[in-house]
Amino acid sequence: MDWRWDFTFDTVMPRILPGLWVTIEVTFLSFALSLFLGLFLMIAKRSKIRALSLIAGEFIEFMRGMPLLVVIFFLFFMLPEVDIFLAPFWTGVLAMGIYNAAPAAEIMRGGLQAVPKGQWEAAHVLNYSTFRTWRHIILPQAIGPVVPGLGNLLILAFKETPLLSFVAVPEMLDAAKRITSETYRFTEPLTVVGILFLILSLGSALLIRLVERHMLREYHHAK
Amino acid sequence: MTRSPIAILVPLAFMAGLYFAVFSPVSQFLPALLKGLTVTVSVAVPSILFTYVISIAAGLGRLSTVLPLRWLSAVYIEVFRGVSLLVILFWLYFVLPEFGLTLSAYTAAFLGISLNAGAYGAEIVRGAVQAVPRGQFEACVTLNLTLWHKYGRIILPQALVIAVPAMTNMTIELLKGTALVSAVTLVDLTAAGVRQNQLTYQTVEIFSALALVYFCLAQVIRVSGTQLEQVFNRHLGAQ
Repeated sequence: MDWRWDFTFDTVMPRILPGLWVTIEVTFLSFALSLFLGLFLMIAKRSKIRALSLIAGEFIEFMRGMPLLVVIFFLFFMLPEVDIFLAPFWTGVLAMGIYNAAPAAEIMRGGLQAVPKGQWEAAHVLNYSTFRTWRHIILPQAIGPVVPGLGNLLILAFKETPLLSFVAVPEMLDAAKRITSETYRFTEPLTVVGILFLILSLGSALLIRLVERHMLREYHHAK
Repeated sequence: MTRSPIAILVPLAFMAGLYFAVFSPVSQFLPALLKGLTVTVSVAVPSILFTYVISIAAGLGRLSTVLPLRWLSAVYIEVFRGVSLLVILFWLYFVLPEFGLTLSAYTAAFLGISLNAGAYGAEIVRGAVQAVPRGQFEACVTLNLTLWHKYGRIILPQALVIAVPAMTNMTIELLKGTALVSAVTLVDLTAAGVRQNQLTYQTVEIFSALALVYFCLAQVIRVSGTQLEQVFNRHLGAQ
């Protein structure tokens, strides 16, 4: 093995760090989209209209069995055919947003279901409006259990971003691939990408654990 | 959720038949997709089996009282959970030769997928073992059971019952992970689909077929998971 530090710092790092920024952008943008779509999916699945909840449920099941790569390629090749021309970056955001919407919906539904039924009944008995019921009774209790799940989903989304290098979104792995194809050196770029992923996902996992603990403490204080 | 497998598979088979009857150009790309499917399955099945072995080994290692063993499992789990599968695959296939270990594309795919999924599985097994009531562990100590008896006969059978639903989900994730093996030059189902798309431009048909096949494979895993759960509950479950 020959590891060249000068190559690592002079060539690899300056080109991978902008990729890191793209990775983070894609992660957060697609995650925001997932939350948005997931909310609608969840509402549809909880709906009293049977057809709607059935369709939402089947859609969630369907998306859970589909690899992200298939979603990415599908959008990448399909959108131009229906005359929608997006940059690979936005296609990637769209694909990951749609892909992660199903698990996001399931996590949010789990949080709502964890709110005891008595809370709904109490709000009803006290003649609270729908808005007040949600704002002051249900949501404050539902958000707590949802945070760790959504946090993990965010980290999963982060780790899925390298797949976008298949459609040439200029993220970290794509930058590394370009370096390897120019210099024929695989060791440094790929190892640097791996280590960056490791540091960031372990770091964010730690951060989420801290937030979780903080929220739990507040919850117990409120009690 | 209890859904009978036939209730899902029969309409699906019907839909698939209808679909092939309606879109006749399917015959252009179908053989290539089927070839890809065999690659996907031949990567997925051994990986699934090996993943279960790793999961149990690393999951128990994480709880071991032997310190080096615990650290080793912890490092393994954190590293392979922290790095994305695609990066692991690239690393195994392109960087390991630099260290003097050249893997074939198939071996790299098999190892990468099972090591990555095994790290997730290990956490599931650890959670499941910890969910076994404490009294069971204490009873093992009281009865002076050997380590083998304690885990082989008492703890693991109960833990595996708890772990089955999460393991089923993990197996589906693994199946979805096999879509990435084209990174190490294997032509699996997804890669075959992309190639055929470039040759025939039947984007909608090809990707619908891909989605349908992956959905069916995932259903097979889900249904066998539910069946396994029932068998375990009948034979091993305490309640």
